[in-house]
Amino acid sequence: MPQQLDSQLRFKLYKEMLRIRIVENAIAEYYGEQEMRCPVHLSIGQEAAEAGACAALEKWDYVLSGHRSHGHYLAKGGNLKAMMAEIYGKATGCAGGKGGSMHLVDIEAGFLGAAPIVGSTIPIAAGVAFAAQMRNEDRVVMVFLGDGATETGAFYESVNFASLKNLPIVFLVENNFYSVYSPMNVRQKGDNRIVDIARAHGMEAHQADGNDLDGVYRLCSQAVTRARTGGGPSVLELITYRWREHCGPAYDNDIGYRTEAEFLSWKERDPVAAYERKLIDDGVAAQHEMDLIGSDLKQEVDAAIAYAKQSPWPNLDTLSSQVYAN
Amino acid sequence: MNRQLKFSEAIREATDQAMERDQSVYIIGLGVPDPKGIFGTTLGLLEKYGAERVQDMPLSENAMTGVALGSALVGMRPIITHQRMDFALVAMEQMVNQAAKWHYMFGGKAKVPMVVRMIIGRGWGQGPQHSQSLQAWFAHIPGLKVVMPTTAHDAKGLLAAAIEDNNPVIFIEHRWLHNIADEVPEEYYTVPLGKARVMCEGSDVTIVGTSYMALESLQAAEHLREEGISAEVIDLRTIRPWDVETVLTSIRKTGRLVVTDTAGAAFGVSAEIAATVLEREFASIKSAPVRIALPDHPCPTSPALSDHYYPRAGRIALEVKKMLGHKTVAESLDASPGHRLDVPDPSFKGPF
Repeated sequence: MPQQLDSQLRFKLYKEMLRIRIVENAIAEYYGEQEMRCPVHLSIGQEAAEAGACAALEKWDYVLSGHRSHGHYLAKGGNLKAMMAEIYGKATGCAGGKGGSMHLVDIEAGFLGAAPIVGSTIPIAAGVAFAAQMRNEDRVVMVFLGDGATETGAFYESVNFASLKNLPIVFLVENNFYSVYSPMNVRQKGDNRIVDIARAHGMEAHQADGNDLDGVYRLCSQAVTRARTGGGPSVLELITYRWREHCGPAYDNDIGYRTEAEFLSWKERDPVAAYERKLIDDGVAAQHEMDLIGSDLKQEVDAAIAYAKQSPWPNLDTLSSQVYAN
Repeated sequence: MNRQLKFSEAIREATDQAMERDQSVYIIGLGVPDPKGIFGTTLGLLEKYGAERVQDMPLSENAMTGVALGSALVGMRPIITHQRMDFALVAMEQMVNQAAKWHYMFGGKAKVPMVVRMIIGRGWGQGPQHSQSLQAWFAHIPGLKVVMPTTAHDAKGLLAAAIEDNNPVIFIEHRWLHNIADEVPEEYYTVPLGKARVMCEGSDVTIVGTSYMALESLQAAEHLREEGISAEVIDLRTIRPWDVETVLTSIRKTGRLVVTDTAGAAFGVSAEIAATVLEREFASIKSAPVRIALPDHPCPTSPALSDHYYPRAGRIALEVKKMLGHKTVAESLDASPGHRLDVPDPSFKGPF
């Protein structure tokens, strides 16, 4: 069962969220060196949704994700060094250099995999939940998707099937308003469409502020408990905002698909800064404690990047291996 | 001893025995538990194994392929069925981008043991969207295996092997094979994937056939024998990985290649085999290879047209005779028997 949201847990959630921020900032910082030679989709601005949602899960629960998956992987307990090495294309990467940023995996941590064909991992996650149900296992599956993925047939088909079978799954939609450069109003009609689709399939659905870490945790805990206790699947739509470009390290508010003013209004709602103020106000932590955590995390991330850089390239004999499983 | 079983019954028996041996095997597909039971191939399984392991599904082929994949990732062994291969096309994304890639792209950490059964329709007006034979599409994709049994014996053994395999296996059944009986052992057995079978030995020409066309090839070989031509017929059985060595060994003996396939010749399995033989065994080749496969247009519905769409044994025999310089061109084998050619045998009354 998810833990009570006490001071200790709140500080832990903060640390998890901050860690994602620091990792993503580091990727942005180092990307220009041209040593991370794969597309990266950073989730800076969306960390509260990622940390809060995964914290509601048990270690043995499963997570699957899409192209913007670093935060989900880390929040579920994925190995940071193996992730960095994977982004650097090294033998020590979590997929041996075959996957890169868009194909993170850490089976031991319960992060079963991520794939960038939008919508594709939704039914796969439903299948994982289906297996858990068939085998009567105490296991919940959470699949992360974006607003764009809710436009795919795979989403509708999966929601229908999950509802039909009462699967132990949470469809966690991070709605950041943009699919690459395409805004919601050229893709979807109505502000409640995503939860309405779920409700039309007889499924529990909620829309909430994705930048409110405590709120995300509470909402996800309810959904996870519901799934775990036979109450069936849920769709949770968390409203949030990606700060940087769709793919790559830069800010791109100047190219014309969204405005600097819109970005700044969301930056005002920075989930990390907001939570720091909250923890201070609630007497959970002092600024210097959080600063200390921040510098510890920075060291951890720097060490992971150094590890990735120093790691060997994959051996050439792996080029054509692992096409088929034995 | 000598128990005869129809191809469709052999499929059913392989599924039954696999489900009995391994609790993680389950079967799901449109109509799997219905009264017709996928042309008889799933009859009785629901009663024996229950609704958890023998499931119908929503008309969501793409997502359900993903569901099967997801369940396979965590240790299940799903069999998903499509009553026509044409319907499986809406699930190409899951099969090609996902199922085929998960082992490789996660550095060997994921395994996808799943079987996707697809049935090729033919005749009785199956038309452009119920008769496609797209094995080359799947065979083009590293990470997928593609199996096409011809006999009931191999249908049982290859399906069992496909279920045991730790990779996504596309298992393709030709509808016209379902009612053909063969000697099928009662006990559980597997036929290894990737091994062709020499159906009859010969020394003048090698005829490689897939699925139903292997039977047409065998019939052609019998006719050719009466004409004094010795044809070796190879039933390919697995399309990917295909048994290159068995074919090359035969070519070294005969020096001549005819490939017959249930699909189109252009960019097809027959083209791949001919190209490989020419690349690898050019020195043994005595005449240009010949492909006997479907013409380069969709299948029409009317029997007046579709009767002329499918090549048959007579055409194979004719091409072999031409290749060997025989003057006789009489196509007695394919002479119109006075009835339509859109059924496998007179007992077939449609509609599927």
